[in-house]
Amino acid sequence: MSVYVGHAAEAEAFPRAAETLVADTQLRRNVRHATDVIRRKRARVVDEVPDWEALRETGHAIKQHTLAHLDRYLEEFERNCTKAGGRVHWARDADEANRIIVDLIRATGESEVIKVKTMTSDEIRLNEALEAAGITPFETDLADLIVQLGEDKPSHIVVPALHRNRMEIREIFRRKMKLEHLGDKPEDLAAAARVYLREKFLSVPVAISGANFLVAETGSVVVVESEGNGRMCVSLPRVLISLVGIEKVVPRFEDLEVFLQLLPRSATGERMNPYNSIWTGVTPGDGPREFHVVLLDNGRTNVLRDDEASETLDCIRCGACLNACPVYRQTGGHAYGSVYGGPIGAILTPQLQAMQHSQSLPYASSLCGACYEVCPVKINIPEILVHLRAKAVEQGYEPWQERAAMKAASIALASGSRLEAAQKLARAMQWPFEHDGKLEHLPGMLASWTEFRDLDAVPGQSFREWWAERG
Amino acid sequence: MRYQGNRFENGGQNVDSREAILARIREAHSQREPEYGDLPRLYRQEGDLDVQDRIALLSERLADYGCGVHRCGRDGIAAAIGAVLGQRGRTDMVASGDLPREWLPDTVRTGADLSYRELDRVGGVITRCSLAIAQTGTIVLEHDAHTPRALTLIPDYHLCVLFAEQVVELVPEAMRRMAGFAERPITTISGPSATSDIEMTRVAGVHGPRTLDVLIVK
Repeated sequence: MSVYVGHAAEAEAFPRAAETLVADTQLRRNVRHATDVIRRKRARVVDEVPDWEALRETGHAIKQHTLAHLDRYLEEFERNCTKAGGRVHWARDADEANRIIVDLIRATGESEVIKVKTMTSDEIRLNEALEAAGITPFETDLADLIVQLGEDKPSHIVVPALHRNRMEIREIFRRKMKLEHLGDKPEDLAAAARVYLREKFLSVPVAISGANFLVAETGSVVVVESEGNGRMCVSLPRVLISLVGIEKVVPRFEDLEVFLQLLPRSATGERMNPYNSIWTGVTPGDGPREFHVVLLDNGRTNVLRDDEASETLDCIRCGACLNACPVYRQTGGHAYGSVYGGPIGAILTPQLQAMQHSQSLPYASSLCGACYEVCPVKINIPEILVHLRAKAVEQGYEPWQERAAMKAASIALASGSRLEAAQKLARAMQWPFEHDGKLEHLPGMLASWTEFRDLDAVPGQSFREWWAERG
Repeated sequence: MRYQGNRFENGGQNVDSREAILARIREAHSQREPEYGDLPRLYRQEGDLDVQDRIALLSERLADYGCGVHRCGRDGIAAAIGAVLGQRGRTDMVASGDLPREWLPDTVRTGADLSYRELDRVGGVITRCSLAIAQTGTIVLEHDAHTPRALTLIPDYHLCVLFAEQVVELVPEAMRRMAGFAERPITTISGPSATSDIEMTRVAGVHGPRTLDVLIVK
């Protein structure tokens, strides 16, 4: 088996990678600005929905139900997609998916493909496989284009170029598109991408897409997007290949009414994203004449086997947990070493790799709970993080902070006098932050943790001190 | 190595991946969650706005996305279309094959059979739609030979004719209607083509039509 998640297995451990990245003040400023904007937008459009909690509840329930009957729903999808003229392929791992896709493209005789944003293709390193086979992939999503032309890596699952500001994007476009007088307004940059890609849309006959949802009942595929590059890719070329994780299936068409409310409001803070494309197999006289779905496992069945963590697969890739995470907001996405960053990446990446790699990621969190608060399908990420920490330790992983903390605890707890000394020290340190016995705002690295909860202060007198005094 | 269906005919690789994946899924299950019919569905499934308020809400949402919103009566469609096109300075328009001829200025051609390159050169496209969602400012197109997907995608301008009775309030109400034509390609459109990829700021005008007008007929 060759399961891999981008280059996560070779990536530096999170604390080391983060150390370098937090020193990049420009990157931190970009990430902070973009996530601030999106958090404000999301809060506004979520607050206006009176039944948001009920939608989250149903979203979670549908996903959990589907995972429990995943075999049945995948077979049903396959049957209905095939009946409508599509072809369904099954790939156990990244290598197999890449081979299937390369062979399908070779069979068309073409050497160029257009792609609409699919993180799953980054997961399996599809572009590397295509290039090795002499096939040139053109990314058409604006953010993916920025990443591709900038020879960069994605840093966010919804907005992969979130770490770049408009000036940096202008420089990349100016250099690669040879546009000397390009402005730096977002409108100018979007217009440049329109001109740059138009000819490709009109002429390249093979496209690769991901999918947000597959519908078992009808065999339909759903792509949610903003720019229209998705519509171009799924409706103009002669051949369309959609690469989709097995967890993306939903039972019935009506289930989309839940996810098409949860996803756009959570992802980009919009009531609805500009475009959704829904199609079923091939349609005579309209759109691709050849349509393939590649169903990808690549470690997803590893996740499914762990009852305490399998709800990781509920994820609809909205990115809200990244935007809300105080750790992500400091480091940006690259520190996670995976195409899936942030809280969801911290639980998904190591599980896909059967906990054999990326073991530092479950520690890339302060367990503050902000991710769970915003998750539209109620994945209990903090609980899964703790569960995975235990699993990582079973595998022999031991992070230095935890080792240091345990060491300090064992010194302090070794004798009564040591404990007393430690308590005195803590009391002396905490007084500037204490308020009615609670620590509500701690400084530095602890600030984000106390943003969502209070910490009990070390009391003025310990039980031992009280006992001694009483005696 | 040749790839044949779900099998790789290659030394040691001759494994049926489909069966392997399904077997791993079946092994994984220790618990079975509730049956589909027992899933909680406490979210709003029926709106409470009357047609007037639905249209008002839809208009507000569309305007919010930067769409032009226009209104006319049933016998004023042709005049309204002419006026909108004049206002936008749009000529060389095409229309989907199912629009009544009497709605359209004489110069408008049928665009259903045009090539991609021809569509790239027209001034814009006029179509109708299947329904609209007030809550989200969304219009829904179902595609067929009269309205292939390329027709409403490649031209830079789209004028969409919508009837008042096609406007529902909520997404679930829309999905119930869409289920009736789920086998056809469907596009939902909420404002002109846009992106939030640069600093998370929504800007209009990437690959789809950069200008969208909706004509609401009562």
